[in-house]
Amino acid sequence: MVLAEDKLSNARRHRPEYGSDHPPEVPLSIHDMTVAYHRRPVLWDVDLDFPEGQLVSIVGPNGAGKSTLLKAAIGLVPMASGRVTVYGRPFAKQRRLVGYVPQRESVDWDFPVSALDVVLMGRYRRVGWFLPPGRVHRDAALEALNKVGMKDYASRQISQLSGGQQQRVFLARALAQESKIYLMDEPFAGVDAATEKAIVALLHELREKGCTVVVVHHDLQTVKQYFDHVVLLNMRVVATGPTEAVFTEENLKKTYGGRLTLLSEAAHAIATDKHP
Amino acid sequence: MPSRPTSTLSISGLIMTRLCAAFLFIVLLFPAFAAAGPGGTALPNVEELWRVLTLRDYNTRVVVAGTTFLGIASGLVGSFLLLRKRSLLSDAISHATLPGICIAFIALQIITGNGKSLPGLLAGAALTGTLGMATVLAISRYSRLKDDAALGIVLSVFFGAGVCLMTIAGRVEGGNAAGLQSFIYGKTASMLLWDAQLITITAFCAAVVSVVLFKEFTIVCFDTDFANVQGWPAGILDFLMMSLVVVVTVIGLQAVGLILVVAMLIIPPAAARFWTYNLRIMLILAAAIGGISGFIGSALSALMGSLPAGAIIVLVTAAFFGLSMIFGSSRGLVTQWLRHVRLTHRVGRQHVLRAIYEVAEELNSDDPRSTVPIAELAGKRSWSARRLRARLRRAAREDLVQFETETSVSLTERGLVHARRVIRNHRLWEMYLITHADIAPSHVDRDADMIEHVLDAPMIEKLEGLLLYGSEEPAYVPQSPH
Repeated sequence: MVLAEDKLSNARRHRPEYGSDHPPEVPLSIHDMTVAYHRRPVLWDVDLDFPEGQLVSIVGPNGAGKSTLLKAAIGLVPMASGRVTVYGRPFAKQRRLVGYVPQRESVDWDFPVSALDVVLMGRYRRVGWFLPPGRVHRDAALEALNKVGMKDYASRQISQLSGGQQQRVFLARALAQESKIYLMDEPFAGVDAATEKAIVALLHELREKGCTVVVVHHDLQTVKQYFDHVVLLNMRVVATGPTEAVFTEENLKKTYGGRLTLLSEAAHAIATDKHP
Repeated sequence: MPSRPTSTLSISGLIMTRLCAAFLFIVLLFPAFAAAGPGGTALPNVEELWRVLTLRDYNTRVVVAGTTFLGIASGLVGSFLLLRKRSLLSDAISHATLPGICIAFIALQIITGNGKSLPGLLAGAALTGTLGMATVLAISRYSRLKDDAALGIVLSVFFGAGVCLMTIAGRVEGGNAAGLQSFIYGKTASMLLWDAQLITITAFCAAVVSVVLFKEFTIVCFDTDFANVQGWPAGILDFLMMSLVVVVTVIGLQAVGLILVVAMLIIPPAAARFWTYNLRIMLILAAAIGGISGFIGSALSALMGSLPAGAIIVLVTAAFFGLSMIFGSSRGLVTQWLRHVRLTHRVGRQHVLRAIYEVAEELNSDDPRSTVPIAELAGKRSWSARRLRARLRRAAREDLVQFETETSVSLTERGLVHARRVIRNHRLWEMYLITHADIAPSHVDRDADMIEHVLDAPMIEKLEGLLLYGSEEPAYVPQSPH
């Protein structure tokens, strides 16, 4: 762990790799990102700088590329073009600063592990190769479970948890990483009221600690209430800025309907042309 | 592309076909076994049995140790394979080893004049086995074909190539390719001392690697994306995991044969899964089942020379699987059935108690313990007379209900306590539905019927907070809202 810390600070010293257009004070900066699945473009020329210490939501219709944006930013989906920097440096060198909460359906909840085991996975990188996680990591994982109100369920097998509880276990796993930036893919999808409340409380706590949280969100009703900053996305960035200024009816119309359908038709045409 | 084609159905299909194959081997070989006549093939006497089981002979000891370690290693490696949902991949790998064996034989025969060197043959097997595995993964990743199609293609094409090469190997000058057959069906009897040692050491190493990398393999199996984001070399770990499968398959070839080696990888973990929800315990159980099967299989085979070890090993694992499926403590059939029966009884008991309480309340609102005619109860639910009587008798045995006459019953002290709790849950839920979910009072009864049995303490507390707050000194059992 000391070694990793050393490497990190060492690498920080040789910072200016990308020049001045990647300011080190921006937690997550996406430049010129284009992503395609099987030749079908999903994101075109996305340019985004996420502001530090704010709760940011990414909003847009189904198939707008919201999840893809997160996944491409952290290298889970290959980019056709583009650059992503975390505090001015490429993501690959800043992994420890980023916690990721995937969609709940992305894993098999019948896997034979307990809630605590899953949260401990957030500590594995700190534990390092080969060793089992020790007492310190166990306590940190329990603390993370406690923050999402799931301490009593630590030894429960994950298939015996409700959907909302599973979502909270996922959040706890990201918390256990103790990162600066959190990327959450639809954490509010299909959860109960208690879980929704717990997540919102958690978001506020993270903001107070100065963390930046980016949330893919599907519920337009709660955007204004929950988030400081909003990104309206439909294959490209329609609008981005403080929620008050950007989350307007006109922008929503632009995002969800009307003129932009041409864009998805074009994408479909490209896809079908190559794969008849 | 998330790969989940390896459904439980295809795994059970695989297990069934391997069992049939193992059974057939034994049946087909039995005439040979019987015809061999006196001199070692008659049923062994106690002394022989004891000698083999206690591993007196050095030779037997080494062979048995080899297959036991093979079983342990395959149980461990197979567990990760099962959790990675790639069980069938091992079938493709094992079939893909055949061309490698033949090529290695031909090459060795031409270069050194002796094609039967086991390390050389196994190296060839590992090479094409890995190639086969890589081909399956590449096809399912870069084409739009699903995993199952990719598996079928690779399995049959590689095996076909192997069969062709085997014919060619038979024509190589000075070579005796007859022994190559034994890699298909497996033959512990043909194992040399040194072969057995090689297998033991390799299996031991494979087991050690899968224990040392337990944490890393677990995270890759559970959530590959998350492992990647954290910076684990998930691709390399995945490849290493699959390479261990190749290793176990290859060293299993001689003992078990390429058709049956899959069973050693899949059946022990599948059996272990019935007993536990804990991954560590599952690994230990799978290793134990694999090890014991390997031991019994090779010991029996040593005892009765012509019984094929591979087939016996598979049948022993199958016995473990059958027992686990029926009696397994976490998801065995008996356990599930018992759980179901217990739930049915509980629900039935609660329904009876509630019916008696409600009828008593209607007849005589002051005394919920007053005597109730059974005929009245039948109208409360769609019970047949026989069913109702059975339920009442059961409740009477549990000291919840007492028969006043042949045709009337009343609640006991204990029954009243239970009944009040059930009624209370039922009515709280009804009130909640009416006041908070805007459901018409005439419709809430059936909904509450299902919920009342599953309400736990925290939920009831919440309901109380919602519904009874503010009303002064609320009755323990609220009035029925309809």
